[in-house]
Amino acid sequence: MNADAPAYDMAIIGAGVVGCAIFREFSLAGLRVALVERGADILSGASKANSALLHTGFDAIPGSLEAACMREGHARYQALHQGLGLPLLRTGAIVVAWSPADLAALPGIVARAHDNGVLDVRQISAEDVRTREPHLADDLLGGVLVPGEAVIDAWSAPLAYARQGLAMGGTFLPNTRVTGGSQAEAGWTLQTSQGPLSASVVVNCAGNQGDAVEAIARPSPFEIRPRKGQFVVLDKTAYPLASAIILPVPNERTKGVVICRTAYGNLLVGPTAEEQQDRENATVDQAMLEGLLAQGRRMIPALAAEPVTTTYAGLRPATQFKDYQIEALPQRRWITVGGIRSTGLTGSLGIAAHLHRLYAQHFGPLPTPADPVLTPVPNLTEEHPRPWQRPGRDEIVCHCEMVTRGEIAAALQGPLPAGDLGGLKRRTRCMMGRCQGFYCTWRVMEIAAPHVPGLVTPIQGSSA
Amino acid sequence: MMRSAIIIGGGPAGLSAARTLVRAGHDDVLVLERNPEAGGLPRFAAHPGWGMLDFHRLWSGPTYARKLVAAARGAEIRTNTTVTALLPGGGVEVSGPGGMERLWAHTVLLAAGIREMPRGARLLSGTRPWGVLGTGAFQELVYAGGVRPFQQPVILGTELVAFSALLTARHAGIRPVAMLEEAPRITARRPGDWIAHHLLGVPVRTATRLVAIEGGARVEAVRVEQAGRQERIACDGVILSGRFVPEAALVRAGPLQFDAATGGPAIDNHFRCTDPAFFAAGNVLRPVEHSGAAALEGIAAARAMAQALAGTLPAPAQGIPVQAQGGLRYVYPQRLLPGDAPIRLCARASGEKRGRLRVLADGEVVQERRLHALPDRRITLTLPAAVLRGVRSLSVELA
Ligand SMILES: Cc1cc2nc3c(=O)[nH]c(=O)nc-3n(C[C@H](O)[C@H](O)[C@H](O)COP(=O)(O)OP(=O)(O)OC[C@H]3O[C@@H](n4cnc5c(N)ncnc54)[C@H](O)[C@@H]3O)c2cc1C
Ligand SMILES: Cc1cc2nc3c(=O)[nH]c(=O)nc-3n(C[C@H](O)[C@H](O)[C@H](O)COP(=O)(O)OP(=O)(O)OC[C@H]3O[C@@H](n4cnc5c(N)ncnc54)[C@H](O)[C@@H]3O)c2cc1C
Repeated sequence: MNADAPAYDMAIIGAGVVGCAIFREFSLAGLRVALVERGADILSGASKANSALLHTGFDAIPGSLEAACMREGHARYQALHQGLGLPLLRTGAIVVAWSPADLAALPGIVARAHDNGVLDVRQISAEDVRTREPHLADDLLGGVLVPGEAVIDAWSAPLAYARQGLAMGGTFLPNTRVTGGSQAEAGWTLQTSQGPLSASVVVNCAGNQGDAVEAIARPSPFEIRPRKGQFVVLDKTAYPLASAIILPVPNERTKGVVICRTAYGNLLVGPTAEEQQDRENATVDQAMLEGLLAQGRRMIPALAAEPVTTTYAGLRPATQFKDYQIEALPQRRWITVGGIRSTGLTGSLGIAAHLHRLYAQHFGPLPTPADPVLTPVPNLTEEHPRPWQRPGRDEIVCHCEMVTRGEIAAALQGPLPAGDLGGLKRRTRCMMGRCQGFYCTWRVMEIAAPHVPGLVTPIQGSSA
Repeated sequence: MMRSAIIIGGGPAGLSAARTLVRAGHDDVLVLERNPEAGGLPRFAAHPGWGMLDFHRLWSGPTYARKLVAAARGAEIRTNTTVTALLPGGGVEVSGPGGMERLWAHTVLLAAGIREMPRGARLLSGTRPWGVLGTGAFQELVYAGGVRPFQQPVILGTELVAFSALLTARHAGIRPVAMLEEAPRITARRPGDWIAHHLLGVPVRTATRLVAIEGGARVEAVRVEQAGRQERIACDGVILSGRFVPEAALVRAGPLQFDAATGGPAIDNHFRCTDPAFFAAGNVLRPVEHSGAAALEGIAAARAMAQALAGTLPAPAQGIPVQAQGGLRYVYPQRLLPGDAPIRLCARASGEKRGRLRVLADGEVVQERRLHALPDRRITLTLPAAVLRGVRSLSVELA
């Protein structure tokens, strides 16, 4: 190998769900890929906080790249999820009409779904909606059934993609912020917080920093305009109150407030849609959260009696455009994947397939792929048995989510260990239940401290 | 095997009940505790303040926990064993080191304690940095872990547990920058605020609401509001106290009636739940009381269980429903089966209020007294048996 040859065939900037799916795709295709992430772990940006729905794309803009990627992403997830141990709750969705105007909009929703190739979408009567969802307020007027909408898990999917990429020989570089770069004939030398990094092709998947990273290659053709979404997670006892994903009739700006199950047995109400300047912090706001709860109760009155488990917020990497901003720049040896606004969890595997085709078209054929190694992630859902149910289990550390010491220890080791406390919570669900760490914080810390330094300071002594 | 009694939870209430049942001659009592050791919440509160009501001593929490365990000798205590469901008729589903199993008993006591209401459930605004902890997590980090999660936190709440957190902070060399209380005065008995301020140097700010938490990876400040004015207080942590919830998920998902007002199971005056094989005692009945109150309830519930086992407990019945009305957040027992003995009711006010505490039987006042109620303080009243004869419904109000 030439001494000047780039260390990697491809450097992917950003380990959100989109970066992870692309990492998997090209590692499987036989490239030497580096996944470069400024955070201590994958999912340090938009991808850590969303509704976790696998969309059919029934309501996408027909003919858009987003619609195509969602359709392909939806199909690929269904083909993949079992091999990777990923959950899939085939709940279906119902768009519920609450007003005559809503009702009048339903035929249009069905027509658009059919335009998008989602042919099993159909309008159903108010009575049919009530039979399917007996807890909905009874002043509903009708609905549209979308059988293919499903609930997945926003955290284990990208984790599984990244782990498969690693198993296929890829490299993950956490705590590595890309700050600049220069292009030579063979490719790029990226400046990073950990020193220079060379790659023959660079993929920008930097989410809410997408325009800033794009400026390394060219003046960014798009501008990121973060759009915040807040959520309320209700107690597991609320889970039976909705079986399908309950969607409102959307308006121009947002899909509106959704009620849906989570893969872990909670019920979720959200999101809001709020434009903001700040690209890093997604704050929750009491008045908005109360508004969400009020809207939830309006749709399902029995929610009033259900305790809140937690709240959270995420930032959609929106731009001035509605569609995804995906482009290959062969001269610049650069691929832009920007503005993956509100459907990236669904779209990621479709985006990866699209990039595969773009690459082959613009950068030459890909090496022959090796046989894929399957790297299933541990099951965290109640659909399948968990370690706490098995004889010989070790001690349960998190009593609300029934997480054992072994599960926590395992998440801190292996090919893609948790890089911070958030990463540990996302991998195991410890501290994520009803008590939110009232009872398990210390025991989690005790196991995690050697791996995640600096969280706590010993009382006698200077630093951990 | 059908045991006499299974006790869910090895804290002050559960262990005191076990001791009582063993002393009453039952040699097959089983205590199920999900943690690696029994003792409950006191295990980690290493400051004194425990054992006064039940052992007439002033112990530290860990000593108290050890004494409780020792005094329950004769009962089998299975640790590392979590009850995952209640089964109608006196069964429990458990997850233990041996796997999942179902156990049955003639009587089952629910004594699962409380948890603190976390930040999310309070709908607190702001970012979500590390350093926002409940009192339970805080005391365990300090006393069991020997670590300092932060140096200068604010404490939210001014009830007994918040003052316990203050002592824990002092032990760890942590200097809270303020105690915040939404109400116009502190919840704990005076002179708690004086002690906090003058002995521990922590300003107590009443009529002050926490508006938002700020910070990136860690807490950097809180925003508070007092008399319409907002202010930023720099701090590196937030200790949440003052809003406890019974650990009653098993009840909400199970065969027993749940009382949304107390947050625990509904009981009769024999600590008996709506499925008569089940009893409940301690903090699982309502938001936190001190350990002595929980222990005494455990003893009283165990006596009722022993009577049930001997066949001398009054048969379960619909009873007289008790309702909390104006000014009161809750009252329990929620059903009364009057006999010859007087019946004690416990209640809490919705907020600070001076007024008259009235008991109404079928709409007529049968007891009345003046009361200056404070939020989160227990109100108790005793009803002579005669008052309840022939009554169809009872309500208690603070007007
Ligand atoms: C409220 C809400 C609800 C949603 N619901 C759904 C849903 O139900 N279904 C669905 O499919 N989608 C949903 N989405 C959309 C989905 O979450 C996003 O489309 C997706 O997360 C975008 O992923 P990404 O990888 O493009 O961006 P990100 O996840 O933000 O990843 C970008 C990464 O790049 C890193 N980075 C940035 N700059 C640099 C740099 N200079 N150097 C190194 N690393 C850098 C960041 O740290 C970050 O980890 C929702 C989004 C929100 C906010
Ligand atoms: C931070 C803090 C400080 C305090 N300081 C004081 C003080 O100084 N003095 C004082 O008198 N009181 C104090 N209290 C109050 C005191 O802790 C309680 O009153 C007392 O512990 C209540 O006893 P309990 O048995 O009802 O519940 P707990 O002590 O909470 O015990 C309940 C037990 O049940 C177990 N359990 C729960 N669910 C299950 C299940 N599903 N399966 C198996 N086991 C289960 C738990 O692990 C626990 O061990 C304090 C409380 C807190 C939170």
